[in-house]
Amino acid sequence: MTVGLLFDTTRCIGCGACASACKEQNHLPGPVEAVNTAYTWTTVHERGGAYVRTLCMHCLVPTCVSVCPVGALRKTPEGPVVYDSAKCIGCRYCIQACPFDVPKYQWDRPVPVVGKCILCSERVKAGRPTACAEACPVEATVFGRREDLLWEARNRIRKEPAKYVNHVYGLQETGGTSVLMVSGVPFERLGLQTSLPSEPPAMQTWQVLSKIPDFVGVWAVFLYGIHWITARRETVARVEQAGRNARHPGGRA
Amino acid sequence: MNPSTLLLQARRFRPGFWTSMFLLLMVPFLGVTVLRFSRGLGSVTHLSDAFPWGLWIGFDLICGVGLAAGAFTLTAIVHLFNIKRFEPILRPTVLTGFLGYAFVILALMYDLGQPWRIWHAIIYWNPHSVMFEVAWCVMLYTTVLALEFSPVVFEWLGWHAPIKAIHALYTPLVILGVVLSTLHQSSLGSLYLIVPTKLHPLWYSPLLPLHFFTSAIGAGIGMVILESYLSGRAFRRHLEMDLLEPLARGMVVALGIYGLLRLEGIHRNGAFHSILAFGYEGRMFLLEFVLGVILPVALMAVPRLRQSKDWLVGSAFLAVLGFVVNRLNVSITGLERAAGGHYIPSAGEVVISLGLVALGMAVFALCVRFFSIFPEEARASSPGV
Repeated sequence: MTVGLLFDTTRCIGCGACASACKEQNHLPGPVEAVNTAYTWTTVHERGGAYVRTLCMHCLVPTCVSVCPVGALRKTPEGPVVYDSAKCIGCRYCIQACPFDVPKYQWDRPVPVVGKCILCSERVKAGRPTACAEACPVEATVFGRREDLLWEARNRIRKEPAKYVNHVYGLQETGGTSVLMVSGVPFERLGLQTSLPSEPPAMQTWQVLSKIPDFVGVWAVFLYGIHWITARRETVARVEQAGRNARHPGGRA
Repeated sequence: MNPSTLLLQARRFRPGFWTSMFLLLMVPFLGVTVLRFSRGLGSVTHLSDAFPWGLWIGFDLICGVGLAAGAFTLTAIVHLFNIKRFEPILRPTVLTGFLGYAFVILALMYDLGQPWRIWHAIIYWNPHSVMFEVAWCVMLYTTVLALEFSPVVFEWLGWHAPIKAIHALYTPLVILGVVLSTLHQSSLGSLYLIVPTKLHPLWYSPLLPLHFFTSAIGAGIGMVILESYLSGRAFRRHLEMDLLEPLARGMVVALGIYGLLRLEGIHRNGAFHSILAFGYEGRMFLLEFVLGVILPVALMAVPRLRQSKDWLVGSAFLAVLGFVVNRLNVSITGLERAAGGHYIPSAGEVVISLGLVALGMAVFALCVRFFSIFPEEARASSPGV
């Protein structure tokens, strides 16, 4: 049973209470910045005449989790994609790979770690909503079970089809996300990625990686076969040469 | 030269032009190193959340590994295909491969956010990550290269038992090296399979691993030719034209296959119009493709040019240069549009990259001075690796 958030741009008033609450909850230093950084995990921007939040989408099959070589990123059974800074070696593949450009790095620190929204995983585990959802004065961000939120999102679109774009963002994108969005403004005008495939990007690499064990076996045997043939040819040539030399002592074959 | 004359040599040290340049480069190199580790990556690099990977990954790691591909190609030619006449250039090539990988690991020490945790890849596993595959390939293949080269060192030390042991294990070792290299060269391309929406269609393809593998063989051979020429100049040896000419033929085949694969990928992505539009990406693609594929293949397909030293070395240089541009295009140019900006490496990043290349060359020169690396000496002292 996974939880998530539903964000509705038609309700958001751009007050930024979510961003401040996030800072406080996660003990992030400094004021809320203009864009997401390792120290600001969510921001609100006005785009296309509406306010839109930027935060981790908490993919159902997260790209960041698939690319992390040391398993520092993990999708919890409750839904949040969490980060274990004690494992991270700092390769930054997650930052490169994330289709939503969510993970950020502490470029200014000698011992840096990644910063990203963790959907208040400790609070969620304790059965409480995320800090941003709790802080929102107009219920633009609401917390709940993903399937309830999906029903709610569809219900809003069905009740007021003129007000909403007929699409729940996060239902299909990269195989679905735990954070869902509905909007009155087309999603591309909100600056969101709208050309994302419905197949998780992680599948692209798994198609290659899953073949490696078979490939190693076949390739190694093939290479040994070549060596066997060429070495055998050399041996045969040497024996034949010796035979010829024996028949014609002193002469050349 | 043996250990006892080492001290004597050291006392007679007189820095020449290249040695002086090297020492001069080491001053900013050490300065940037101190800043990098005391103030963080942001203080000396132009890396950012939009460009988390820059020159150190695009050039040092990806090109470093690719240009070390000559080692596995040549060990396979000599020991698996049993074409023994290439044996004289095997030692310098394996040494280049080993130093290339050592260079990559050193570069990673600068690029990783927390390099002191590099060993985490050994204990925390994620087989779904291409980076995990890359990490294991680096570790294992560096070990294989060290073992492949070790007889030269044991010979110098006068230890015969370990040489015998390595000789007995040489065939499995070479096969392991070829298998690991195949995985590693291709996995660097697989790294970018995960960004289908970010990487420009001129470079993205589901066959990226195959593109990287074939181009690494082509450029790896180019590197063997180039390096034979450079060390010939530096150590006043003649160029082994009778060996390098057939290698150039191999380069034509590898680069030809690679070129066709690339064109097929661009056709499949319907991206030919990006070339014709002659925009930023189109121009960068033409640069890498003309330099690294069309010119070397066209020139080296002509027997007369292949037999000329200047054309041969020039074409090998073009292949290597085109290869470097290709890797930088995949790792930087092709991602700039998605990132919404340009990335130009900082002076600090360039200094570290140059310094590491210079260190690699210096160690190569030292190895040539102490060990018997090149044919004449190798034949005089013992029967090759």
